[in-house]
Amino acid sequence: MALTTASAPVVPEQPGRRSPAAHKRRGSGGGRGRQGVAGYVFLSPWLLGLMGITAIPMLLSLYLSFTDYSVFSTWEDVQWIGLENYQEMFTGDPQFYRAVTVTLVYALVMVPLKLAAALAVALLLNRAWRGVGLFRGLFYLPSLLGGSVALALVWSALFAGDGAVNEFLAFFGITGQAWVNDPDYALGTLIILGIWQFGAPMVIFLAGLKQVPVELYEAASVDGASPWRQFWHVTMPMLSPVIFFNLVLETIRGFQGFTSAFVISNGTGGPVDSTLLYTLYLYKRGFAEFEMGYASALAWVFLLAIGVLTVVLFSTGRFWVHYADGEDR
Amino acid sequence: MTAPAVARHAAVRKNRFTIGQAVRLAVLIVGLVLVLYPLAWVIGSSFKSDAEIASNISVLPTEFTASHYTAGWNSFDVSFTRFFINSTVIALLTVAANAISCLVAAYAFARLRFPMRGFWFAIMIGTLLLPGDVLIIPQYIVFNTLGWIDTPLLPLIVPKALATEAFFVFLMVQFMRGIPRDLDEAATIDGCSPYGVFWHVILPLSRPALVTTAIFSFIWTWNDFFTQLVYLNELEDYTVPIALRLFIDSTGQSSLGAMFAMSVLSLLPVFLFFVAFQRMLVEGINTSGLKG
Repeated sequence: MALTTASAPVVPEQPGRRSPAAHKRRGSGGGRGRQGVAGYVFLSPWLLGLMGITAIPMLLSLYLSFTDYSVFSTWEDVQWIGLENYQEMFTGDPQFYRAVTVTLVYALVMVPLKLAAALAVALLLNRAWRGVGLFRGLFYLPSLLGGSVALALVWSALFAGDGAVNEFLAFFGITGQAWVNDPDYALGTLIILGIWQFGAPMVIFLAGLKQVPVELYEAASVDGASPWRQFWHVTMPMLSPVIFFNLVLETIRGFQGFTSAFVISNGTGGPVDSTLLYTLYLYKRGFAEFEMGYASALAWVFLLAIGVLTVVLFSTGRFWVHYADGEDR
Repeated sequence: MTAPAVARHAAVRKNRFTIGQAVRLAVLIVGLVLVLYPLAWVIGSSFKSDAEIASNISVLPTEFTASHYTAGWNSFDVSFTRFFINSTVIALLTVAANAISCLVAAYAFARLRFPMRGFWFAIMIGTLLLPGDVLIIPQYIVFNTLGWIDTPLLPLIVPKALATEAFFVFLMVQFMRGIPRDLDEAATIDGCSPYGVFWHVILPLSRPALVTTAIFSFIWTWNDFFTQLVYLNELEDYTVPIALRLFIDSTGQSSLGAMFAMSVLSLLPVFLFFVAFQRMLVEGINTSGLKG
């Protein structure tokens, strides 16, 4: 391998380095010295990105959230307006509450159903038989294509008034709706689109199921536990860390849905704001109405909400997530 | 669980085809039909005549026509050739920029000891949870101030070259932790500097992690909509997803066939990736929890 061709010159001992003994004590790593410099050399692109692409923009947006900045204003025009954006948001903006409600409904309905579908299919696929790999791959396919515009377009065609879904329902004598154009049902079609992409959490569940020791099932059957009891008393507790992982991941993702809502509503969040997901609202205020200051305030509220949500999820996790090694991770 | 246990478990199940298994298989097949139907339907519909498209729930067209593909390709003032080239250029540049910058950062985190390493690592994990949507507005303003908005490649590629996709940094750190440290030590004793260790040991051994990263960053960039929507404003700069969106602006029914045809083509690269790397993708997810 490449090792044998290594021909880097021996770097001479630099003055002022820590003594060889101290070097040795810290393992191969060494301390500050050569690795210290190299560490920062290798880290420099990331650090630059952290500063320029993440930290400075974040501070900037925090500042802008207290201003009336629009894309058209020059920096001299920017007016500090204090908490006005936040005040407007909470007291004078019904669309904000609409966006919050839509997002909550979307995430709270979709995530549990998606995880249930993922777990059910994972349980069915958790056996070694010929062809199981193909099944896993095919169930995963929608997740892979998931975020694309093409699928959102297909979805709006499927659920259109004269779309295939209604054609299918007509076969059973049911008269359908113009699903995507009806404020009562449009969000539902987005939720179904989200559930349909259960492949990603499914694959993670499959990995988790492989970790459950077969001995536990054997012991449970010897004790006369029915498959149902085995599921509740062996599978579920052993799988709880993976369920937790998927729950956190999918909830955060659920809160960030954008593409499908944007495409299905043609960027409006309609009909009648029924699909106005929070990020879509943020985009509208920032990039369609050019109110970057207000949009920055929206973004910060969103960030805090996700932070709170993560903390809540992690604190409830204590009560039901069971770690095999007894450690609280 | 131990390997013999798995084998025993599998062997017990193998030679028994029970009613339970038949039910299981039936449920799976019904589920698969439901899951794959929308995909099959859009492919079939792209070959249907205009009259047949929207309402026909069958997958196969009664009358086969490929005309939507030629019509769709030239639907707009700029042809899809350009959109596909744009998407490909952006995806390939992203893959390269992302893989290199994340690998370099991961090497520092996984293998090198330097002051404040723990602090930076914690920050990196923190950015993992940071929703990208929150940053898009201030990033836009920064890039706008820098005058980059008229050259949309810069705002799309530069962040990737600066390892801002913390997810891949984390993935590679986890991978590198699995490479035996003895190799680093041997190379160091042979006179390798940290740069030499990176070049001669870590880089060649990280190929699986690089491939996983490359596949996923290609697919995510190809499917990306939000950032491209924000930064691409000229028709000739449009990528495939942004161009597809034009179909919903133009009038509905008549262009449905063209829209389907182009949608199918837009899914094709990802689908081909999927076929080629199916095993790796599913396993990559298993170990890392990547999203789809």
